[in-house]
Amino acid sequence: MSIAITIDNLTVHRSGRPVLHDISLHLPAGSITALVGPSGVGKTTLMSTLNGLLSPHGGTVVFDGIGRLDQPRPLREARRRTATVFQDHALIDRLPAIDNVLLGLADTRHPLSPLPWSGAQRRRAAQALDEVGLLDRATARAAQLSGGERQRVGIARALVRRPALLLGDEPFASVDPALAERLAAEFRTLVARNGLTVVLVLHQLSMARSLADRIVGLGGGRVVFDAPAQSFGAADESAVFRTFPDTKEIPCSVN
Amino acid sequence: MIETRHPDALAAILADGRRKARNTMLNGGLVAVAVVAAFVYAGAFDAGRYVGALSTIAQLTNDSMPPDFSRWPKWGKPLLETLSMSVAGTALGAAFALVCGAVAARNVVRTPWLGGPMRLLLNLLRSIPGLIWGVMFVAAIGFGPLAGILALAAHSTGMLGKFFAETLEHVEPGPGNALRSHGVGHLGVLRFSVLPQILPRLVDVTMYRWEHNLRAATTLGVVGAGGLGLEIITAFHLFEYREASALIIVLLALVSLINLLGARLRARFLGGT
Repeated sequence: MSIAITIDNLTVHRSGRPVLHDISLHLPAGSITALVGPSGVGKTTLMSTLNGLLSPHGGTVVFDGIGRLDQPRPLREARRRTATVFQDHALIDRLPAIDNVLLGLADTRHPLSPLPWSGAQRRRAAQALDEVGLLDRATARAAQLSGGERQRVGIARALVRRPALLLGDEPFASVDPALAERLAAEFRTLVARNGLTVVLVLHQLSMARSLADRIVGLGGGRVVFDAPAQSFGAADESAVFRTFPDTKEIPCSVN
Repeated sequence: MIETRHPDALAAILADGRRKARNTMLNGGLVAVAVVAAFVYAGAFDAGRYVGALSTIAQLTNDSMPPDFSRWPKWGKPLLETLSMSVAGTALGAAFALVCGAVAARNVVRTPWLGGPMRLLLNLLRSIPGLIWGVMFVAAIGFGPLAGILALAAHSTGMLGKFFAETLEHVEPGPGNALRSHGVGHLGVLRFSVLPQILPRLVDVTMYRWEHNLRAATTLGVVGAGGLGLEIITAFHLFEYREASALIIVLLALVSLINLLGARLRARFLGGT
């Protein structure tokens, strides 16, 4: 079950400095949005606001049917239905893949419970690993996995939560380009099968075009660009070019 | 000479290299002087001190051979005393160390007026030698293994607390942030991200400390904490060198056994949850 999100006049400060100004976006249920822009424009800050790690200084984030994130009960419910995939995978190296996936269910367990993970939870984690094609590597420690396998474990840890909203902070940045393309294709299939609302921070425009329905460019903490991915043409490219004159990699990767 | 458009930068790099080489030589020389001075001060180069040393050692070795195990039925109680002192002292020390170490770790408790004094307390606990702790606790609560347990725990808390704090400070923050973004609280992050990351180190250091404490418990017997140490020192005082050597062999066997157990536990904790 996917979910729609409305961001209204959102302003977020970090260390006393405003990073996002007055952002307004509507993310329809089941949509895939790519956030692009150079480093330091607030992409990660926006993600951290969506998963509740940061709280806004102005404006609101509303999860459809749940409520505003600045209220404790909706925040709890929204987080329960959100999952995040990280660039550096954020796995515990010495734990087996399956145990890392189980960490996606940590919010369903009491921190002081002496009981081990239940059979139902283990089955759910195994299912998630199977979805990313890694069931045969379930008992291998994260440290023994390749970069692509680690990223798949990271995705499985997000999927095991059966989220409505999936956030990805440069999820394919730490693997080589060929593998990134393959992972992105797999990712698209998984997202379609599970019908999720997705927000991805991507720094390759080519990948944003192939993965997302919509591309949102951030610059200086504001939305400077917002267009459907299919209609993303040469004019848009030059718009992006103008917006991010210092980032060579973005225009270069458009081909 | 390298052709370059930046001769000044090149000269600076080379000058820096020469300065570093000079510093390395200087520091190495200072360390060597300090080490030699320590030997001289301790009288290690006084040849007269070594006259007759070999023959005395040979005599002592001869007197303690073969080891005399004839009184072994009387060793059960002191053996168990030493073993229980080491187990209880290590467990108590590790438990205190976990709490103190968490308070002392700069990334767990961020209030400096709490962490600073805790690090000072751990330094204090550690800098007082175990034997002095033993004398103090024997004076405070009387002879016997209980004084030994407290002495071992006091010193172990200081040592393990510092190790635990350092281990906690090196925990990867990534997995914890992932949990936080899923709505897991502070305690949950400690339980599901921090603990699995530090557990092998915790077990490793605690096992090593147990082995250390077994030997320390033996020494504590000398100052009145009882156990195997008391038996060994009594045998020496009575010139029963053959019995003393037998007791030392028993101690060696016990330490080896703990080593073996430690290795198995470490191997186990290096795997999954």
